[in-house]
Amino acid sequence: MMLFFQFLANGILIGGLYALLAMGLVLIYKATRVFNFALGEMLALGAFLLYMFMSLVGLPFWLALPCTVCASMLTGLLVERLALRPLIGQPILAAIMATLALSLMIKGIVLFIWGSSTVSFPQKVMPSKSLVIGEVFLSNELTWTFLVSIAIFLAMLLFFRFTKTGLFMRATAEGHAVAQAAGINVETIFAVTWAIAALVATAGGIMLGNRFGVGITTLPVMAGKAFPAVLFGGLESIPGALLGGIMIGIVESLAAGYIDPQLSEIMPYIVLLVVLLIRPEGLFGLRRIERI
Amino acid sequence: MYRPCGVFDQKYCETMAIIRTNAHWSLTALGLVLLLAMPLYLSGRILHFVNLLCISIIAAQGLNLLTGFAGQISLGQSAFMAVGAYSSALLTVHLGFPLWLALPCATLITGIVGVIFGAPSLRIKGFYLAMATLAAQVIIPWLITNVRTDLTGGSSSMLVPAPKLAGLTFNSQQSIFYIIVPITCVCLFFVRNLVRGKIGRAFLAVRDNDLAAEMMGINLLKYKLLAFFISACYAGVAGSLWAHWMRAISPDQFNLLESIWFLGMIIVGGMGSVVGVTFAVIFIKFFDIIITVFSPSLTSFMSPQLAQDTAAGLSPFVFGLIILTFLIVEPRGLGHRWEIVKSYFRLWPFKY
Repeated sequence: MMLFFQFLANGILIGGLYALLAMGLVLIYKATRVFNFALGEMLALGAFLLYMFMSLVGLPFWLALPCTVCASMLTGLLVERLALRPLIGQPILAAIMATLALSLMIKGIVLFIWGSSTVSFPQKVMPSKSLVIGEVFLSNELTWTFLVSIAIFLAMLLFFRFTKTGLFMRATAEGHAVAQAAGINVETIFAVTWAIAALVATAGGIMLGNRFGVGITTLPVMAGKAFPAVLFGGLESIPGALLGGIMIGIVESLAAGYIDPQLSEIMPYIVLLVVLLIRPEGLFGLRRIERI
Repeated sequence: MYRPCGVFDQKYCETMAIIRTNAHWSLTALGLVLLLAMPLYLSGRILHFVNLLCISIIAAQGLNLLTGFAGQISLGQSAFMAVGAYSSALLTVHLGFPLWLALPCATLITGIVGVIFGAPSLRIKGFYLAMATLAAQVIIPWLITNVRTDLTGGSSSMLVPAPKLAGLTFNSQQSIFYIIVPITCVCLFFVRNLVRGKIGRAFLAVRDNDLAAEMMGINLLKYKLLAFFISACYAGVAGSLWAHWMRAISPDQFNLLESIWFLGMIIVGGMGSVVGVTFAVIFIKFFDIIITVFSPSLTSFMSPQLAQDTAAGLSPFVFGLIILTFLIVEPRGLGHRWEIVKSYFRLWPFKY
């Protein structure tokens, strides 16, 4: 029984991270109707930026973090301006291919600059004290990751609820033409959305990199598990992303613990197939009504 | 569509013909002769690339049928190729099937797997279908790596003996060329023929709006699954040829990146253009080949580690750039450009 709780706790904690990544995806999908397949590479880019500021430039962590945040938001803006804005109004395959092409390009750039080897941050990004509740051992990195994810989630909810930009973003999600008619500059909103999403991806990348090492081959695989989480929760729902991320984390952890450790690689995708067959719009997603 | 000057169709079969004029016939014959004589005037190294190109063309045409014509987005084409390669290899190695029997069997098996993973397409479409096929792309290589590793060799490579037909052993690039290229020609002719008939028209209707197509009496169940079946069959042929050509297959030859390459070829070629996609495969593989051939020479002016990283990064970067450029600048792809060039020369020099 203790083992079960241990698996459950691990699942919830790693699920928090998936939830964070899923939120980044939902954010972009809600406002711009683009699903960001380049998430994994954006994670890696963010983590490598921090690595660069810390080890090559030699800044301490508290100074390197704001630099990374600025740099990654800038990449988000660039991505939106160069690749996605010209494709507004194109069919869905164009949007999918654009983000896939972006993922390849970012991968290429990361390989150019930092190479294919996996590195780790020169100093620990998070405090190293583990938490033990009863006999359940909570890894400190995962706990901190979970807490940061929840904090970002709450910040996002407040942002959407109380700021004007958040309101504009919700309006844009309702319908681009309607929002434009109401005097919202939709293009600016798109840019802001991509900047925030890049920020979220960077936060995820830093935390993943802290635990698993910073590498262009490892991080995108982890990001791949956020895709099922998004579909599980529903493409348009931020609380759904949180719930979906944690559910995927739990399912993965239990399957790896009780059935086969190798199974953790594909378990999220089996869940994904089941969700797509039973309830394609996810838990809180909107059911689409089609007209001819 | 413009016709060559002075060509008038008088019978229905003339309107339907793929090859319509004498000049066209003689050019086709000349092209075929030049193609089949390639091993006589090209070195084995170049023939290696030609064989690779032909296999890619088969797989890409399968995806073109599914995504370009029937409008069902698939991120799993290379996983289906893996099914074809492994089923063909398993039949050959463990059951001793000859190539002429293993190839159709593997094709059929892949087609059935394609139908299984295409079944969700009845309920979901667009982006959701892309995710379902992405699941196929993750699950199939995992199954190959982890289930019955005694048969497949797991993540290490599985060896396939050189194919034998009628007492000949096809163990060189020159000899296997005569298996791969005729099959490619047949596959190209088949897809070209399929899309101008009833099935192709039905695919186009499903692509443009599947609800409307259903209301006009097109059986969605039948045609969507048929599209998945034929597309997976093409992947099966390509995978099977790949197995007998490479003679050492491993699951990581069939990763997500390869599937993205195939989708990119559809984009560059133009959705639903058989000629365009063929050009696109050649175009993209050409860049890839240039990078593979010239990247060893990078070591002459940078450190070996740096050269290796640059070479590894160059290929995805250039490919991503090509796709983005085509998406933004020429969404209708090379096929459209080809039509423009052709109609220009048909009317030249009197453009009225």
